[in-house]
Parts: sequence; structure tokens; C-alpha cells
Amino acid sequence: MLELKDVSFQVAEGSGDKEIIRGVSLLVPENKLVVITGPNGGGKSTLARLIAGIEKPTEGRIIFKGEDITDRSITDRARLGIAYAFQQPVRFKGIKVLDLIRIAAGKRLSAAGACEYLSAVGLCARDYIDREVNSSLSGGELKRIEIATVLARGAALSVFDEPEAGIDLWSFQNLIEVFAHMRRTVQNSSILIISHQERILNIADEIVMIKDGKVEKQGAREEILPQLMGTSSAVSECRMILGKGGADA
Amino acid sequence: MKLDEIQKRLLREIADLHAVPEGAYNIRSNSQMAGRRSTANIEITSKTDVSGMDIRIAPFTKNESVHIPVVLTQTGLKEVVYNDFFVGDGADVLIVAGCGIDNCGNQDAEHDGIHRFYVGKNAHVKYVEKHYGSGEGKGKRILNPGTEVYQDEGSTVEMEMVQIKGVDDTVRTTTAELKAGAKLLVRERLMTHGEQRAISTYVVNLNGAGATADVVSRSVARDDSYQKFDAKIVGNAPCSGHAECDSIIMDRGRILAVPGLEANDLDAALVHEAAIGKIAGEQLVKLMTLGLTEAEAEEQIINGFLQ
Repeated sequence: MLELKDVSFQVAEGSGDKEIIRGVSLLVPENKLVVITGPNGGGKSTLARLIAGIEKPTEGRIIFKGEDITDRSITDRARLGIAYAFQQPVRFKGIKVLDLIRIAAGKRLSAAGACEYLSAVGLCARDYIDREVNSSLSGGELKRIEIATVLARGAALSVFDEPEAGIDLWSFQNLIEVFAHMRRTVQNSSILIISHQERILNIADEIVMIKDGKVEKQGAREEILPQLMGTSSAVSECRMILGKGGADA
Repeated sequence: MKLDEIQKRLLREIADLHAVPEGAYNIRSNSQMAGRRSTANIEITSKTDVSGMDIRIAPFTKNESVHIPVVLTQTGLKEVVYNDFFVGDGADVLIVAGCGIDNCGNQDAEHDGIHRFYVGKNAHVKYVEKHYGSGEGKGKRILNPGTEVYQDEGSTVEMEMVQIKGVDDTVRTTTAELKAGAKLLVRERLMTHGEQRAISTYVVNLNGAGATADVVSRSVARDDSYQKFDAKIVGNAPCSGHAECDSIIMDRGRILAVPGLEANDLDAALVHEAAIGKIAGEQLVKLMTLGLTEAEAEEQIINGFLQ
């Protein structure tokens, strides 16, 4: 489905360049749920932005469904079937929840159709469909609407950057069910989630651990998860799991 | 009623009119009356001293409407029109005004509409005014609306002013005087292109106890256009007032926002807000991740903002 080949990403910092991602290679196979985890500032969110096309790698190639998309725009990648849920969702003055879901669906969706996506993320659709996606919505509400827009995409690959952040009031089990539902409804689709959450790691088929811009560990959940839980590096992870993870690089 | 295709198109743009409107109306085309109808409760008569009309709405008239659109298609035409609305106590009406100019020639075409509203006790008026310009000529399309509102006790006036396209030069002046318990709501939406210039000035005097005003402007300045929004709310009694100017600038567009408040009473509660900025990059990115191109994303953001 998606392959990153030796991808690096640098940003100018002071007099020199700072390397955020250093030669990352990874594979998201078809029909798999892959979770990227690792310490804050390790480059996880940057990796998601590189996949969505918001940032362009300084080196390496990105292959999606057999096509080299490294030089493709955000729009092209979206149309090819990559969906991306922001860690911090964007607010819009004047654009309604219904408008946003319709844009995401890419077709003239009925209000009832849009409501299904809102219900799936635990929002009472009737109360939200005509609300503006502005500062009147709480962080948690916005986050769930963000997830609903990705559901509406029905994309081959859905990338979620810390979907659990800010949804503490909503049952965590529902979020897990959203991912399960996506896998059932979109054939051969894959999901890539950036998360610290043990319960999300628990539903992964594969886990990739990113640290200091490099792949530290990569493999099946059964293999990687015990290692993450058993090492000293997992202590800070566990703290994040119990509390709240900060903003990521 | 004889109107050509251009005039009909202008009417659709400014008043959503596809046929003769229901209720009372007066359609003005190139300084001539193209059609008029009074109803039992709404009487429209021409002024004798100056160009314009008196529109008298009987007290307690409910759920009726008045349409008074103006279209100009003749280059070089300049007109000043005075329309006075006398809204009886307890009436509840919709007034739709608006002006469309199509100027294909090389001389300026200008319509200056001066509207005065005398709103009776506990009356409710919804006033919608749309401005639109088209035509390829070098002559400018100029609209200078002046609006004066005099609100009696307990009355409510809702004003929706829209100018989205094609008007080269506008100086809009709106003044309002509110007695006790009166309420004024203004929603202005404005977009300027090219070399256009738009100036909008409000002075709202809250003279009676419990009077309230809420003046909100949303605008977009594109290309090399210029806008000035000057809203002043004066509290002369225990009252509350809010003015807001929220603007997006694009290209080389420029905007000057001058919100002003004056409190002459200890219990006047007045607030203003003003924000100007370009479209946030992350808004564009979000819509592009949903499959829109950058241009489509921009259009969505502006359409939503001006809705």
C-alpha cells in the first residue's frame, strides 16, 4: 500500500540544517493497521505530514499503490486515496460541519448521510450538522469532527495523528470501533496511526517505533509490544499513556 | 413591465427576482419607473420635490414585503434618489432593496440611494440590500448608499448589506438613532476586487435605556482593492453595543478598520472587535487533504466566511 524508501527530512535551523527524519524506510501493507509510536520530538508527526504531502522529503522516495508520489501535491495524494487527520484540527469561520463532511466525501452527500459519520464518532448529528467549524466548538468536539471527515473520505490509506488526544470524555472503546469499522467498510484499506496509547498499540497489526528521526524497532505487534513495555524507554511512554502527551514535532 | 435580458439578470443578482415580486414593489430602471404596485397596507408614492418615493406601511401590517430594486444599464447615467420608509407601529415587514449596474460604456455610471427609515413602536423590519456590478466598459460602476434609521421604542431593525462583485467605488454611510428598548442588528458582507475601493461608515446612537446594537462586518479585499470600515457606537443611556470587523486580505489588498466606541452613560456597555489577516495556511492545507486544489480551497474558505 505505502512504502517509504530511505526518507530524510531536514529543516534550516540557525546556520545549519537540522535533520528531523533520517533515512526512514517502512512499509504499510494492504489491509493492515500500523501504529507509529515513540518519544515526543522523535519525528512521528513529521512522518505523517511527509506522507500527506504537507512536507516534502529532502531525500528518499514515497511509493503509494505502486506509484511514486514523492513529487505529488497534497491534493493529488488526497485524490489518489490518502486521508489525513490533523493532530490539531483547523477551525474555519463560516464553514459548517456539514460543508466539511461534504467536501471530504467528494460528492453531494445528503444531510442524513453526513449524520452517519458524526454518529460514528459519538456526536449527536442533529446538534452539530449546522454548527460552524469555529471556536464555538471544544477541542474534543473538533477532534471528533476531524475523525468524521476522514471517515467520509473512505480512503485507501487513512493517517491519524494522535487521534486519542482530547477525546477523553468520549469512550475510548468507540474510537477503537471507528478503526475496526473503517477496516470492514473500505476494502483492502490500511490505517496508519500515530499514538502513544497502549490501547491503540494493542489493536495494531504492526508497530513502528521512531526515535531521533530513525526507525528504532519495526515488526508485528506480538513481537514489538512486549519489548516496548519491558524496556526503560517504555517508562516515559507509559507516563504519556497515563497522562497526556504534549505537542509533537 | 418591459425589461431587457441584462436588466433581468441584474434583478436576479440583487433581489433574487425571477418574476414580478409578490406584495408591494417598485422597479426603477435607468431612472424610469418600470413597474409599481401598492397594496392595501403598503402605499408607494413618488416624491414631488426630488427623485424618489415615500413608502408608507400601515401599523400592524404583518408578513408583507416591499421590493424596490434599481437597475442601471446606461453608461454615463448619474442619479441621486431619496426613498423614505414610514413603518407603522407594530408592523412586521421585509424590505428588499438593492442596485445592479451594468456599464458597458466608457463613462461612469452612478447611483446614490438615500434611504431613511422611520420605524414605529415595536415594529420589526428586515432590510436586505444587495449591490452588484457588471459590464466590460472602462466607465466605473459607482454606488454610494446613505442609510438613516430612526427607531422608536421597542422596535427592531435587522439589516443585511451585501456587495460581493463588480462595484468599483462605494462610500456607504449608515446612521441610526435608537430609543429605549430598540434593537439594531447589522450584517455587512463585502468583497472587493481589482482596483475597487469601498468605504463603510456607521454611527449608531443608543439614546434610550435598554437599546442594543450589534454591527458585524465580514469582508474580503483581493487584488489591489482597498476597504475602510469605520464603525462608531455611541452609548447615551444604559445600553449595550457591539461592533465587529473581521477581514481577509489577499494579494495586495488593503484594509483599514477603525472601530470606535463612545460611552456617555455609566451603564453603557460597549464592545468592539477587529481582526484582519490572510487566509491561514493550515486552513488551505486541511481542505487540500480533502482533495480540493489550492484555488478551490481558497474559494470554499471565502464563500464560507462571507456566508
